[in-house]
Amino acid sequence: MAINVKVLARPVEEVSYVRATIKGMARTLSHLFKEKVTTQYPEQKEEISRRWRGTHRMLTTETGKAKCVACGLCPTVCPSNCIKLVPGEDEQGNRYPLVFEIDEFRCIFCGYCQEVCPEEAIHVGRHYENSEYSREGFVYDLERLTAQTHPVSEMWDPADPKGE
Amino acid sequence: MIPSSVFAAVHVVPDPPLDWWPFIISTVIKMIVVFTVYMVGVAMLTLAERKISAWIQGRLGPNRVGGKLGLLQPAADGVKNIMKEETLPGHVNKPIFTLAPMLAFIPALMAAAVIPFGATWDSRWGRIPMVIADLPVGFLFILAITSLGVYGIVLAGWSSNNKYALLGGLRSSAQMISYEVAMGMSLIPVLLLAGNVTLNEIVDQQANMYTWNVLTLTISFFIFMVAAFAETNRLPFDLPEAESELIAGYHTEYSAMKFSMFPISEYANMATSSALMATLFFGGWNIPFMTRDNSGGVGLLLVLLSIAIFAVKTGFFLFVFIWIRWTLPRFRYDQLMSLGWKTMLPLALAYIVIIAATILALDYFGSTQPWLQRSSAWYGVVMLGVNIVLAFIVFFILDRGRIISPAYGRATPQQIARLRAVTAARSHLSPQSGD
Repeated sequence: MAINVKVLARPVEEVSYVRATIKGMARTLSHLFKEKVTTQYPEQKEEISRRWRGTHRMLTTETGKAKCVACGLCPTVCPSNCIKLVPGEDEQGNRYPLVFEIDEFRCIFCGYCQEVCPEEAIHVGRHYENSEYSREGFVYDLERLTAQTHPVSEMWDPADPKGE
Repeated sequence: MIPSSVFAAVHVVPDPPLDWWPFIISTVIKMIVVFTVYMVGVAMLTLAERKISAWIQGRLGPNRVGGKLGLLQPAADGVKNIMKEETLPGHVNKPIFTLAPMLAFIPALMAAAVIPFGATWDSRWGRIPMVIADLPVGFLFILAITSLGVYGIVLAGWSSNNKYALLGGLRSSAQMISYEVAMGMSLIPVLLLAGNVTLNEIVDQQANMYTWNVLTLTISFFIFMVAAFAETNRLPFDLPEAESELIAGYHTEYSAMKFSMFPISEYANMATSSALMATLFFGGWNIPFMTRDNSGGVGLLLVLLSIAIFAVKTGFFLFVFIWIRWTLPRFRYDQLMSLGWKTMLPLALAYIVIIAATILALDYFGSTQPWLQRSSAWYGVVMLGVNIVLAFIVFFILDRGRIISPAYGRATPQQIARLRAVTAARSHLSPQSGD
């Protein structure tokens, strides 16, 4: 297909440099006095959604043990393969996780682990301020996951799609 | 026939002249004060630039150092730049590489020496003019010195031995030389009107006519302002350091304090240009509707008032510099060149002819009609009338429908037909759709 140069015949009165410049300057000047939109981050924080999927949290029973029964569903469903689970079994035959680690760097925060968990043990949480000095610091073990205190993410409810 | 102001070109020594020791002491004090104000002003300009850009974009700007306005931010930036490690790339031409920031910096400051910033002070030691060097040729000195600034930039670009830096330096030299012509030409009407090249005399002339030169010579002011933006390498003419194409242009290889010399000299140039615009076109330090302060020395209070008036005018133009920067996008290089050579220069030349003819006619009538003499209010009124007609022609007729770049021009039907014929003839060469 040959390229045809399309030349738009603009009305003469619209082609003016000085007036266009003055118009632009009036616009920027009006913005000078408008309300500023900056959120002063460390002091002020934006409200995050109730369905925000952030740092993981492992819920515990009343006795303080992790609710996890090491069924292996979350490492199976995890698309980024960031959950490491070694199941163990006590004398009563109850399964529990010997090793449960989540690499927060690999995680894509899809929230499938929370959705798939039959015991409602692992959750993604409404929290986003993670910083560490090393990559290893981002591998959260079971102890660290149960120690998190931030609120957990709410799942999407089809009856209330906008979460209102 | 020859107007008396022609003879006034010979500078009149202030009477009574200063003794040698008050002269030296007052000059040293003025130098120190002006230098300090300049440097602090430049530092504050970097803050103003960031603040105003932030406000225009709906942000708050720096507010972490020194209160809500971030008043200590320039100090923090300065300390950072001095403490930073300075890298000297191995491939540069070291002597010139070191010399270039100084060459950019010195002319920017030197021009400030001849700009009058206040009314003459009638002190008990004699009359002290509020200008560091009361040069009779102050105006020519400024034109000469400001054009030296290009050496710093060109040498920085060349000695860096870097493609981007060299391109930035070349662009800046071409740009500054092009706009220098238009700038010089745009100021000739001002000189014709004042009949003098002493900046103080130009201020007096505006006071005597009860008009500012911006009202009588609007087109000169317009050309001068556009050229001043190009001379100071400010947006929309900041092609020498166009980040998107040239990394940082001529100062790509610089670091630490050597680097910050270039922004400092840019801001100092801005301050000089603003002061010059205020002096040449907006009445300078003259207190409006008052000619007494021009006739000789005045008291300290009036001197301070005149300095404040000058500072306000200069500050306004500095704001305009920043305001324009955050409004307009950068020109393309061919647009820059065609604007300078094809629009600004012919406009300035035509304007000189018209203004010179008007002044000649007015002087002719003024020799017989005393009310129409040079430096009278009626003279200003006639100039104002001529100017309104000319400004209308330029801004409402010439500005309309004329584009500075050939690439944007309104194509005639013949041109469109020719372009279509070319593409049609080539159509068998290009891949068909679906390939």
